[in-house]
Amino acid sequence: MTMSDCPPSTCETCVANKAELRRLGLKLGRWDYVVALAGNPNVGKSTVFNLLTGLRQHTGNWPGKTVTRAEGAFDIDGKRYKVVDLPGTYSLLGTTPDEEVAREFLLFGRPDVTLVIADATCLERNFTLLLQILQITGRVVLCLNLIDEARARGLDIDARGLARELGIPVVVTAARRSEGLDELLVALRDVATGVVKLRPRTPEAMPQELRDPVAKLSRRLRATYPHLENPEWIALRLLEGDPRVAAALEKGEFDRLRTAAA
Amino acid sequence: MSNASDILREAEELRWQLGPHFQDEIAGEVSREASALAARHVQAKGDNARVGWQRRLDLVLTGRWTGIPAMALLFALVLWITIEGANVPSGMLASVLVDTIHPWLKAHALAIGFWPWLAGFLIDGMYLSCAWVVSVMLPPMAIFFPLFTLLEDFGYLPRVAFNLDRIFQKAGAHGKQALTMTMGLGCNAAGVVATRIIDSPRERLIAILTNNFSLCNGRWPTQILMATVFVGALAPPAFSGFVAAGAVFFVAVLGFACALGASWLLSRTVLKGEASSFSLELPPYRPPNILRTLYTSLLDRTLFVLWRAVVFALPAGAVIWLIANVNADGHSIAWWMVAGLDPLAWVMGLTGVILVAYIVAIPANEIVVPTILMLTVLLTGSSVADAPGAGVMFETEDHILHGLLTGAGWTTLTAVCLMLFSLLHNPCSTTLYTIYKETGSWRWTFLSAAMPLALGFVACSAVAFVWRALAGS
Repeated sequence: MTMSDCPPSTCETCVANKAELRRLGLKLGRWDYVVALAGNPNVGKSTVFNLLTGLRQHTGNWPGKTVTRAEGAFDIDGKRYKVVDLPGTYSLLGTTPDEEVAREFLLFGRPDVTLVIADATCLERNFTLLLQILQITGRVVLCLNLIDEARARGLDIDARGLARELGIPVVVTAARRSEGLDELLVALRDVATGVVKLRPRTPEAMPQELRDPVAKLSRRLRATYPHLENPEWIALRLLEGDPRVAAALEKGEFDRLRTAAA
Repeated sequence: MSNASDILREAEELRWQLGPHFQDEIAGEVSREASALAARHVQAKGDNARVGWQRRLDLVLTGRWTGIPAMALLFALVLWITIEGANVPSGMLASVLVDTIHPWLKAHALAIGFWPWLAGFLIDGMYLSCAWVVSVMLPPMAIFFPLFTLLEDFGYLPRVAFNLDRIFQKAGAHGKQALTMTMGLGCNAAGVVATRIIDSPRERLIAILTNNFSLCNGRWPTQILMATVFVGALAPPAFSGFVAAGAVFFVAVLGFACALGASWLLSRTVLKGEASSFSLELPPYRPPNILRTLYTSLLDRTLFVLWRAVVFALPAGAVIWLIANVNADGHSIAWWMVAGLDPLAWVMGLTGVILVAYIVAIPANEIVVPTILMLTVLLTGSSVADAPGAGVMFETEDHILHGLLTGAGWTTLTAVCLMLFSLLHNPCSTTLYTIYKETGSWRWTFLSAAMPLALGFVACSAVAFVWRALAGS
């Protein structure tokens, strides 16, 4: 028995669970929270972006269509959210411009919530990116988009089980049909405002030989930059010799992150 | 600061202790974990009818032998629907905007005491050019763009890239250039921006320089109009739609061939190098949301482009009216320009009016046909609406246009050469500016204008020469 087979519970229809959406389009002004939209190419990021902001950024069924970073805004319950639509990537470890843009924003843009959009019809591939993002930030909402397509293909997805195992909110949507928007808004709001305590399960994707060096390095990072959210990941990047992260360290950008967070 | 460099030094030292392949191992761990996660929470049940159906469709649409014919057929079908469908509403719009509203406006403006030159400037110049733009462009765009967007949302565009990849590779270009060229069918400036999906700078430059060979929406109306009025008219009425669609299709394919040829030439001369490989995911076919597609493509593309055309048509209309009405040495400026360009135009099988129109219309290809029509009307007679019987001239669109243009000395050769020149000439100023912004170089921008212009001159002159030789005149 999974969620989709159950009759809707009273919780799902309860008014307390409804979030009031106002689409602000391009009217950014000041904002209270920043939401980053990340995901593989062609999973419907732009569709979700349009659904949230009311903008009509061009969507199309082909990968790599979003060539520039799009920004928009919306308002839930009187709080303003800025949305940044990142280019679609399969990974955050590569050196293509798209991957660099996405990685830099997640690391230095400090989004309050990272909304990871996944194609529900091929979750295995989409999870690679999700796990990599979870290494950078724990403030993640997972959106299983194209759920209509997945159902049509006879896929049965246990969203609740995923949420439990990952320790983050998991929402199923069919963005093209505006299905699941309410649940998505509630999840975004709750993570942004800190209503729900996230227990992101840090993936243990760490080969044996790396454990010691990463632990050593991240201990030093933590000592120097106590506000760093993801010292293990930074340590890993430093071990790999990522020039951007090294440069950020030298230029004191992590110091600035600390002041921004404080 | 010293802390930072200490940490960096330590990272440096630790790196030496690690094996050479630890990055691959990290990636491997992550994907193993992703698989496990998916396996725990996703179950497939029942049969997979949809996937089977998609696979069968892909066998045809991306098949080795069937892919390209299917593509050509689909494309020709879209053109045919556009041409057949746009005919009637175009005529209706022209009869309302040009036939009815224009004389009414003119009469009332004069009645309430406008100076004749002001009424001419505003109404014969600015209003009339906008009226032409709307009636000539709106119907074909309102049909073509939604059809194209439906194909895009369905997931067909990456299949086009897949089908054409091998050909592009042979020309030394990137397979994704097929995608940027299809975007160019909408707007070349958008196509140039879309080349950002190509990582290799060399191949990206090739894609930028050749994007202009994709017929953009500003040029479709010219093609469709010429094909319908002149080429289609050669066939019996029952087949004229097919013949006209065939002619436009031929020009579009010719543009594609030119893009390939130019890519080949560039990659063997100024932009030498090997074609790089890439992976392109073929997305699943997704049923497009038809109503939303119609809505967004009408708003985003049709009205956007129409608005752009109107914005450019207003000042262009004013300029046309001015050059046609300001006299120097007993003739209007337009007359002098046309007379000066006529010899060159004759060599290319065109008329001086067409070349003047292309100069006036550098900001936007959309206004080429309206400019030609207005210049023709202004130079051959007096004002359109005032002339007796002139009202009838615009009542039904196509064969009346035929009358107007043949009256100005046009032949089928003129129309064919205009179709060629419309394909092969410099990009509009918006695209040129975009090319400059994307390449950051005046040299490449200049080349992107000079290359098609030279090609257009050669192609038009050759066709005109052969045509006249065969016709024996």
